[in-house]
Amino acid sequence: MLSQAERWIKAAILEVQEFVQLVGAVFRAMVSPPYYRRDVILQFEAIGIGSLMVVSLTGFFTGAALALQTGQTLDRFGARTLVGQLVSASMIRELGPVLTALMLAGRVGSGIAAELGSMAVTDQINALRALGTDPLRKLVVPRVLAVTLMAPVLTVIADTFAIVAGWLISVTNLGVGSSTYWTAVLEGLYLGDAWQGIIKPFVLGFVIGTIGCHVGLRTSGGTQGVGRSTTNAVVVASVLVIAVDFFLTPLLMRVVY
Amino acid sequence: MTVTAERSPALEEALGPGSPIVVFDRVSLAFDDKVVLREISFTLIKGQTKIFLGASGSGKSTILKLIIGLLKPDSGVIWVNGERVDDKGEADLMKVRTDLGMVFQEGALFDSLTVAENVGYKLLEEGMPDAQVWDRVGEVLGFIGLGEYADRMPSELSGGQRRRVAIARAMAYKPRILLYDEATTGLDPMMADTVDNEIIKLRDLEEISSIVVTHQLRDAFRVATHEARRDGTDIRIVTAGAEKAEEAEFIMLKDGVIHFEGHATDLRQSRDPYLRSFLS
Repeated sequence: MLSQAERWIKAAILEVQEFVQLVGAVFRAMVSPPYYRRDVILQFEAIGIGSLMVVSLTGFFTGAALALQTGQTLDRFGARTLVGQLVSASMIRELGPVLTALMLAGRVGSGIAAELGSMAVTDQINALRALGTDPLRKLVVPRVLAVTLMAPVLTVIADTFAIVAGWLISVTNLGVGSSTYWTAVLEGLYLGDAWQGIIKPFVLGFVIGTIGCHVGLRTSGGTQGVGRSTTNAVVVASVLVIAVDFFLTPLLMRVVY
Repeated sequence: MTVTAERSPALEEALGPGSPIVVFDRVSLAFDDKVVLREISFTLIKGQTKIFLGASGSGKSTILKLIIGLLKPDSGVIWVNGERVDDKGEADLMKVRTDLGMVFQEGALFDSLTVAENVGYKLLEEGMPDAQVWDRVGEVLGFIGLGEYADRMPSELSGGQRRRVAIARAMAYKPRILLYDEATTGLDPMMADTVDNEIIKLRDLEEISSIVVTHQLRDAFRVATHEARRDGTDIRIVTAGAEKAEEAEFIMLKDGVIHFEGHATDLRQSRDPYLRSFLS
């Protein structure tokens, strides 16, 4: 029993060590040639444009539900007019970055792990190395760059859809006037909120990209292994998104306000 | 990224005909508690062929991965084309790999690229002008008889066609050594013969040194006992003369050690019970 526990701990430490090595190698590869610009652009398109719909819908329905729920609660304090402030602050500071990241973990993290995992089990990664190409530069860096840089953009889009949905619900369901809503949205926002809403997705995007690549490249065991890697990438990235957000929030609150 | 293999004239001379091009000296490798290779030593002479036989898990494919630097040995020394590879980092190995081509078990073609893009991949990566790349791709695909498949995706090819494209990809940048990992496994006999013929043609007409890993005896003997001859514009595959047959050597691996080393005739005449059971 003990030896099994020891084996598990050893495997876990090895996994973390390899992940840290991958992160270090990604940073080194980002600042030294060769660069695969075409692959970077392709990944920006696949990850960024490809995630627009899912992120927009998530933002829209979250904003709508948030307005409905908070409208009722604010009513008890006679503060229904502040619904815009609540929707914008909640979305921009917290829900926008986290929900967008969770959507990206599901859509992009799994996709990266499945794609690289399939390449690993069919020897395509080894074939790349045999042909003199560093898989880290060719496959990992473009994907990590694309998720890291597109996550803030997608978060802003999700926030926008959420605030617009909140406005629709406020006007049609809660009887709050348009100008009241938009005034509350603007008054409730501080510059620090915007910084939080931009910085968090950068970090969360980097986490999703590196986890997807790490899990994908370590795939073994044929198609079953690819399935396992895909699930693992989503689970690990999702949990890490929430955990990293928890630790990042107090840090940013100290720094940006 | 452009990687060139510049070598001194002295080294070029030392690597001339009859010189060793791949050397394994007491190479051992284990994964955790499982010993995969134990004290393996052999030498491949330029322009010749080594054929590794053995049951699944006997360490055959591991030898190829060690040669190309995808794995590192626990002990022992490996020389490839005049360069020691067992102690080289990934960046230094890129230079060694310019002279090495490998055909993977299932072809390992890049799914997202066409046949032509797969074949020209390395040349494009090295920055060769597009026109020259497509000329070379056309030439290589013509050599293996798949010229009309240039624009197809790998998923549209049969198993045998995929292996042949993998051979074309490995030979496109004119390496001096080609490694074949179970290139005919899972193919019907006719398709396997076609792949074997490509291996023979590359060895005899392009003077490429070959290491063939297989557990298909029929293909192993075909590669060892046949040779390619150019007859005007035609290329014929004929039974090898005695001298040519001597240039192909078999190595039988069993549990990570060399169980037999010799030529086709020695293998056929062996009375060793393991070899007899393998050959039967």
